Amino acid sequence: MTESSALVAQEMAEAERPGPEPRGSALRRNARWLLLAAAVVFALWLPFGLYPAVAVEILCWALFAVAIDLLLGYVGLMSFGHAAFWGTSAYATGLVAIHWGLPFPLAVLCGALTATVLAVPIGYLAVKRTGIYFAMVTLAFAQMIYVVANKWSSLTGGENGLQSVPRAITDNFYFYYAALPIVFGGLFLAWRIVHSPFGRVLVAIRDNPSRARALGYAVHRYKLMAFMLSAFLAGLGGGLFAMGHRFVSLETLHWTTSGKAVIIVVLGGIGTLWGGPLGAAAIVRLEDWLSFSGFEQIGLVTGGIFVLTVLLFRRGVWGTLFKRR
Amino acid sequence: MTTPLALVARGLSRDFRGFRAVDAVDLEVAAGTVHALVGPNGAGKTTLFNLLTGFLAPTSGRIELAGRDVTGLPPEAVARLGVARSFQITSLFGQLTSGEHVELALQAAQGGGWRFWRSDKLLHRHRPRARELLAMVGLGELEQSKADSLSYGRKRALELALALALDPQVLLLDEPTAGMGMEDVERTIELIGRVREGRTVVMVEHNMSVVGALADRVTVLQAGRVLAEGSYEQVRADEAVITAYLGSGSHAAH
Ligand SMILES: Nc1ncnc2c1ncn2[C@@H]1O[C@H](COP(=O)(O)OP(=O)(O)O)[C@@H](O)[C@H]1O
Ligand SMILES: [Mg+2]
Repeated sequence: MTESSALVAQEMAEAERPGPEPRGSALRRNARWLLLAAAVVFALWLPFGLYPAVAVEILCWALFAVAIDLLLGYVGLMSFGHAAFWGTSAYATGLVAIHWGLPFPLAVLCGALTATVLAVPIGYLAVKRTGIYFAMVTLAFAQMIYVVANKWSSLTGGENGLQSVPRAITDNFYFYYAALPIVFGGLFLAWRIVHSPFGRVLVAIRDNPSRARALGYAVHRYKLMAFMLSAFLAGLGGGLFAMGHRFVSLETLHWTTSGKAVIIVVLGGIGTLWGGPLGAAAIVRLEDWLSFSGFEQIGLVTGGIFVLTVLLFRRGVWGTLFKRR
Repeated sequence: MTTPLALVARGLSRDFRGFRAVDAVDLEVAAGTVHALVGPNGAGKTTLFNLLTGFLAPTSGRIELAGRDVTGLPPEAVARLGVARSFQITSLFGQLTSGEHVELALQAAQGGGWRFWRSDKLLHRHRPRARELLAMVGLGELEQSKADSLSYGRKRALELALALALDPQVLLLDEPTAGMGMEDVERTIELIGRVREGRTVVMVEHNMSVVGALADRVTVLQAGRVLAEGSYEQVRADEAVITAYLGSGSHAAH
């Protein structure tokens, strides 16, 4: 009791009296605030410059990509099955909106929490593996969920998907601005996690798991927690995606959905957090442009971009999959 | 009266694909002593450390920590029971500074690593103690240096600071002076002599002057087996040990 209150007092003292900062960091911090302000302005402008539906789509994929990046960039784990969380949340969000008539922020929260719960058993089994084996385990579970959703058509609508998910804000232009705070909230959460005591432990685990264990950190449990937080963020994105489209299809659970999220992060930059939104904007915009110009083989182009990024920035993906035990 | 035992191995063995690296080792480390583990390269000393700290599961045998069976516990659980180790091959977090290393170790000991909703500035509350520990191992000036940029000897010193940050009951040091110059060896002897107060220390050490200066008891391993055990003087005079060392030719006691 007294010990913890002493700690609190110490923390408060620390908060008032920050330690000495290295030179030039004030400048860097100002630059960072400027960048952030520019990003916010850009986000506020987006539905004026693009079709609002496309802008909403970018928001959803930005959250999904950041969820992937949290694992890939800060724990060194590449999930190839995150569609399980995105899609499960999309279905759960759609279902609670249809059957309980929940307003969309609550429905999305329900979806994200469902994804988080689903992440417990999957993560529990997956985090015991690393590299390519981790990717395979997550992929296998995602495929299982896909099959279950397909078969369980009384709940999910099977091939037809969940039709006509109700939404009070019908205009996509206004829906974008209603969704934006949730997206900012999710991005802030990701930033907070990365720059927290927990985030520091994650980086230590990524760089040297044995050493972290020797210090007493329960590496598997930290990874599981990171996995759940990542699933929550992917779930936020997936829930918004369902509300954005007012429709949930099986494709939300398909492995190509997981692949697209990975492509976005790899393209945007692994371990940067900025990379997610940036890559999402680029890929979603590109896909929209391709389909608008009547191009059929969109997967070919994004796949090509992926291959090129992997070849040019080989260490990122390659190192994660093959250079770790 | 016998002194309580801090760490005990009974019939401890470990196979690697049919090759027995540690072979029915019995080891009793009395609380508060410095116990040296010596033997030629490949004798199984590091493997024994890995068994004692949960990094490897024994093929057979058991391990007790202060009378408690800890066989099969994972490394993080063993660490939280008060066993800290350093690694023979320096094992650090390349991109973190010395200061951040020690802060992380202090956080591991005191808890708080789960707080994903707080700022990482929270770690700075460990800064005063981290500075003390760094000064203690001679890294006082290098708090801001990334681990990757440190010289070999300084990385070894940081290894030691990390282990000490856990304020362990039992300190396992795998060749703490390997690759150090004379001056650093002297300082490390002096440091271990200081931090052994109130702890039990087990160290693997090739440098016999370090063993002679610090060890209350010495166990000689060879080919996974205990060849001899006793005080430094007893072991030095042991026929089997002399033969083994001269026979292997690699490490004459000096
Ligand atoms: N992970 C492992 N896999 C296979 N053999 C190993 C492994 N670790 C150690 N060994 C073998 O066990 C023996 C003992 O090694 P080690 O414990 O490192 O010796 P020491 O620390 O005394 O020099 C060596 O022959 C080594 O090759
Ligand atoms: Mg060794």
